[in-house]
Amino acid sequence: MDNFTRLTATACPLPQPNINTDAILPARFLKWPRDKGLGSVLFNDIRRDADGNELADFPLNKPAWRNAQILIAGRNFGGGSSREAAVYAVYDYGIRCVIAPSFGDIFAQNSVKNGLLTAAVSDAEAAELAAAVAADPSRAVTVDLDEQTITCGNRTYSFAIDPVSKNQLLNGWDDVDLTESFRQKIEDYREADRQSRPWAAIGR
Amino acid sequence: MRHTSQTLFDKLWSSHEIARREDGAALLFVDRHFVHEGSFHGFSQIKARGRKVAEPNLTFGVADHYVPTHDRDKAIANPEIAEMVRKLEQNTIDNGVTLFGLRDRRQGIVHVVGPEQGLTLPGLLIVCGDSHTSTHGAFGTYAFGIGASEVAHVLMTQTLWQKKPKRMRITVDGQTGAGIAAKDIALAIIAHIHADGAQGHAIEYAGSAIRALSMEGRLTLCNLSIEAGGRCGMVAPDATTFAYIKGRPYAPQGELFERAVEDWSRLPSDADAEFDREVSLDAGAIAPVVTWGTTPDDALPIDASAPDPARETDEARASYIRDALDYMAIRPGMKLTDVAIDRVFIGSCTNARIEDLRAAAAVLAGRRSKVPGLVSPGSSLVKSQAEQEGLDRIFRDAGLEWAESGCSMCVGINGDLVPEGERCASTTNRNFKGRQGRGARTHLMSPAMVAAAAVSGHLADVRPMLAGRKV
Ligand code: SF4
Repeated sequence: MDNFTRLTATACPLPQPNINTDAILPARFLKWPRDKGLGSVLFNDIRRDADGNELADFPLNKPAWRNAQILIAGRNFGGGSSREAAVYAVYDYGIRCVIAPSFGDIFAQNSVKNGLLTAAVSDAEAAELAAAVAADPSRAVTVDLDEQTITCGNRTYSFAIDPVSKNQLLNGWDDVDLTESFRQKIEDYREADRQSRPWAAIGR
Repeated sequence: MRHTSQTLFDKLWSSHEIARREDGAALLFVDRHFVHEGSFHGFSQIKARGRKVAEPNLTFGVADHYVPTHDRDKAIANPEIAEMVRKLEQNTIDNGVTLFGLRDRRQGIVHVVGPEQGLTLPGLLIVCGDSHTSTHGAFGTYAFGIGASEVAHVLMTQTLWQKKPKRMRITVDGQTGAGIAAKDIALAIIAHIHADGAQGHAIEYAGSAIRALSMEGRLTLCNLSIEAGGRCGMVAPDATTFAYIKGRPYAPQGELFERAVEDWSRLPSDADAEFDREVSLDAGAIAPVVTWGTTPDDALPIDASAPDPARETDEARASYIRDALDYMAIRPGMKLTDVAIDRVFIGSCTNARIEDLRAAAAVLAGRRSKVPGLVSPGSSLVKSQAEQEGLDRIFRDAGLEWAESGCSMCVGINGDLVPEGERCASTTNRNFKGRQGRGARTHLMSPAMVAAAAVSGHLADVRPMLAGRKV
């Protein structure tokens, strides 16, 4: 997986709360294999009308934000279903960081596994950032993961991320390789567990 | 040594911890892993690494999300959907994993099948690539939904790295009124703490109203934990739990069952255990609840009116309400009982167990539905039980369609969709925009309340309809 350290890019405001994974990637696209390019259907049903025409009002459809690599969203971004394909759609579109007051837990975990940074700020800070880029779309935003800061114009905000996710994003770690190095510990656990929870095995 | 008090969740966590990293992440052992058609991303990832499922005996496949609910004896007409079901069959065969497939009599929705088969037990850690895995917590189980990369990790290692969530206790004391279901309790909780209220937390439901719930009711409650943002939800195991498990196909038998009950009886939170957050609700104050908007916390008692954005002082909230009412085609301040519906759906992992079907049938018996509707039982076994009890006749006589089991209209990916612009009273869990189909409008409520809406043609209070009926 790609790691994330620092990014300076255009940021698109999308300030509605509760943009859930059904809105990020409608269920009918879940059949698509990833190589079909899920970025093309990111936010499909809020970005296009029923005939597939782009809605001019949707921020990502505006020329200034079409190539944004940062999203500034409202609270509870990515709540709802566990579909990791929602993260694929965000990432494949080209977005590398989502800033919001809060995220769906599973969405945030899935993001880490795919190199997408979810940066949590306060409601007021998210609103301020969204307003700043809405007023001047050409104003680039810089996100620094190591420092946990977001800089926009002459303002710098700090953001929250749990140390586990931070570690993994900075290093671009692959969990499976790491887990393999715990082989012996897993064996020891299972040995002891057979004694302490004999009923946990499959009953037949 | 001083005895430190532990919550149910602490006990579940520590009995699964294999190792802990410096940054706080713990490697946990996974007791059961359920896969469904949507798990194909996870299987592709392991195939790309040239790997196989590490513990096929602890992995179970269930065909539910894409399966047709009609004409099961024929080939699936839509080639893309057929391919999803076929892929699951192939991946489970290739890896020696048991599959409750399309034509298996045990087939059903994964969160109904696990408990029904005795695969879900207290004290276990269960994962599945589906957010409503929280359902299994009803048994005192640490159960949560994971994404495709985590599915791949579990398939390859039978373990998972997790950061320990915070602990939250939601206590509901008192007695619920007649006609109040677990769904009403759950929606009342979500409305109270909001759709992201339990983010980062493991929820334990406690209190006399929770203890009084059947396993079916507890499953509904825990199912909806994710709609409050919770990582998982659980109820401490007790005599109700043990009685439900006893004799199920995959449950421990004989002496092993006795030993298990002894161990499970030690799982409940210690009396003085501390939680990071406490919330409490009065069961007696809960009325039948319906949703009016586009997230599950847009929930109000049936005798209330839709909100009016003009009365909101917070501009962001007002704009949210305007947008939600607009999508739902509901006038500000409109009485909820004036909202006319176009169809009903009784189904999903939230509310399609036998008790749910009985509750809906108790209202529908001898009555006609004013709108079309679909009833999809939670599993094929629930379906045959309902048929033995004659419930299918009640639904059919009321004018509703009696279908096969699957996720069906909960998410619509098998083709069972609410047409654009139509309004559906639904026993499901998500009223998100477009969830039941593009432009579809969903109102969440209990099975009895859906039945009441069907009979009335609009959202309605089920309580007067229960007069003189046995429920
Ligand atoms: S019934 Fe609905 S919520 Fe439940 S597993 Fe199926 S799609 Fe998910």
